[in-house]
Amino acid sequence: MEVKILSAKFDIKDAHTLAVAKEHGAYATLDAVFAMEPAAVIDQVKNSGLRGRGGAGFPAGLKWSFLPKGLNKPVYLAVNSDESEPATFKDRYILTRDPHMLIEGIIICCYAIGCHTAYIYIRGEYTTQVKALQKAIDEAYAAGYLGDDVAGKGFQLDVTVHRGAGAYVCGEETALLESVEGRKGQPRSKPPFPAVSGLYGCPTIINNVQTIASLPFIMQNGAEAYKAYGTEKSPGTHLFGISGHVAKPGLYELPLGLPLMDVINKVAGGVWKERKLKAVIPGGSSTPVLTPEEAETTTLDYESMAAHKTMFGSGGIVVLDETVDMVQLVKNLIDFYHHESCGQCTPCREGLGWMLKIVKQLLRGEGTMADIDLLVELCDNIEMKTVCVLSAACTMPVRSYLNKFRHEFVAYASDRPQGIDMNQDKD
Amino acid sequence: MSDRSQLIFTGKPFQYDAERDAEFERLVKRYPTRESMILPALWLTQEQEGWIPAEAIAYIADRIGTFASQVYEAATFYTMYHLHPMGRNHICICRTLSCWLRGKQEIVDYLRDEIGLKPGQVSEDGKFSLEEVECLGHCGSAPVVQVNGEFHENMDVDKLKSLLAGLK
Ligand SMILES: Cc1cc2nc3c(=O)[nH]c(=O)nc-3n(C[C@H](O)[C@H](O)[C@H](O)COP(=O)(O)O)c2cc1C
Ligand code: SF4
Ligand code: FES
Repeated sequence: MEVKILSAKFDIKDAHTLAVAKEHGAYATLDAVFAMEPAAVIDQVKNSGLRGRGGAGFPAGLKWSFLPKGLNKPVYLAVNSDESEPATFKDRYILTRDPHMLIEGIIICCYAIGCHTAYIYIRGEYTTQVKALQKAIDEAYAAGYLGDDVAGKGFQLDVTVHRGAGAYVCGEETALLESVEGRKGQPRSKPPFPAVSGLYGCPTIINNVQTIASLPFIMQNGAEAYKAYGTEKSPGTHLFGISGHVAKPGLYELPLGLPLMDVINKVAGGVWKERKLKAVIPGGSSTPVLTPEEAETTTLDYESMAAHKTMFGSGGIVVLDETVDMVQLVKNLIDFYHHESCGQCTPCREGLGWMLKIVKQLLRGEGTMADIDLLVELCDNIEMKTVCVLSAACTMPVRSYLNKFRHEFVAYASDRPQGIDMNQDKD
Repeated sequence: MSDRSQLIFTGKPFQYDAERDAEFERLVKRYPTRESMILPALWLTQEQEGWIPAEAIAYIADRIGTFASQVYEAATFYTMYHLHPMGRNHICICRTLSCWLRGKQEIVDYLRDEIGLKPGQVSEDGKFSLEEVECLGHCGSAPVVQVNGEFHENMDVDKLKSLLAGLK
């Protein structure tokens, strides 16, 4: 089932160096790209159907076409390499194993959108990764792929790596911009959207590392070749990170649209230790959980995830075996989002804290049935009432655990009705 | 080390060494505003000193031409900036979902029970400091531990023992 487009060079020795990357085709698209009009490059990306790989799945080419025309301001590109959503570990492979694929993608994107200054925002924890990336950028400068005259095409482009310092919220695109501007990572209210007013008040495109790294293949082989993979509405391939209770956790490049359970069983070796499957988190910790029955009919594409009332997210699949205590898991989740709240919206800053207190109280055996309802009520009062969706990234999954595994919360309630069968799922 | 609102004065003036000085001047040219140097300047400080003393906040503000409060704001918001001295070996253990599912607690328990090291503490001899951190982006090889910036994947107590034994 695995395919090798983005990961084509991952297993080649020293493919992170310019010399080896070039032997395997790096920067080969630039002649053709610079021979095209920028608008034609955007069209080709639009035609490929490439969707943003940062979580939301927004069509990449369409986003670029939102840039206002004829403004007398610079255009910026910010490449999102914050990769901090729990269970997500895909962009890291691109940064360390094939950074020139990313740099080539940046060149293509910048030419298409008329940008001469790009920033790569990398999470601070990626210490070894940032070194690998910077080395590749230095090599690209030395070889003339970056700088005043990119590949001898008379195009000027500077790429600068900006390190974060331990804030998940900086993956949110406007918090990321604040961070580059030297402030704390507090998301901005939208509109205006960054395409109109972003970095330093100028039009700015923000794309995920994997989105940008997909461009060389599309320019090299054409939109149709990309669409040959995946489904009609979710074309292409994706780097899926599978973690949790499987026999072979790891990173796998797959076309979109495969049955979720086939991938878990055939690619990732199935549930470990011959245990039973309890649930699957399909796309990073912020996506609502799937029961085994739901997972059975889910395929790995944006449409199927939406039909199952969850999200494709970042492609980080987490498998939970029968031993997982869902109340403990929910505590772990809320703890994360509460800790990472930037603090500017009261419902997020205080609400997530209250939810955490309630779950801890339940776990101590001091919570009541009313507390379980209170958790749901808090979700209602937090969602959609904040500047960014970090708070919803917590309440949406929590709601799914409360719905689908309610009996586990009830079992912790001190005043639970006697005689109810705890093994029974809710109604 | 857990109180992130208190800065510590060393009583000594702070300035970059020659290498950091040059790096600051190289980086400042990459941004249209000097304020963008706040995060990179804090990183340079931490690379040089291992942490961010109070004197460095004023130094960075001067050097950038901004208010010390702006630099303080960033230094306190971003949790990777150490506002207190750390142990010679700084250990970060991921406490989040995938690492939790694959046994990070056993490692935390071992450090607490056998080494007497708790999250948020520096050991008395200054050899270790420990922090429980959020997802480190290595969930497919969980649980993961980061020591002095280096990642150690698929960790367990035995592996941790030999890792600690090799540290100065
Ligand atoms: C709280 C929060 C955290 C996010 N973290 C990331 C991240 O780590 N990496 C990423 O690419 N996108 C992240 N996003 C999504 C970005 O805001 C943005 O949509 C994305 O980078 C756009 O790129 P794309 O269109 O290529 O997907 C995050 C969003 C939110 C609300
Ligand atoms: S929802 Fe939370 S993280 Fe997002 S802006 Fe509001 S307080 Fe900050
Ligand atoms: S959950 Fe521990 S590295 Fe991601």
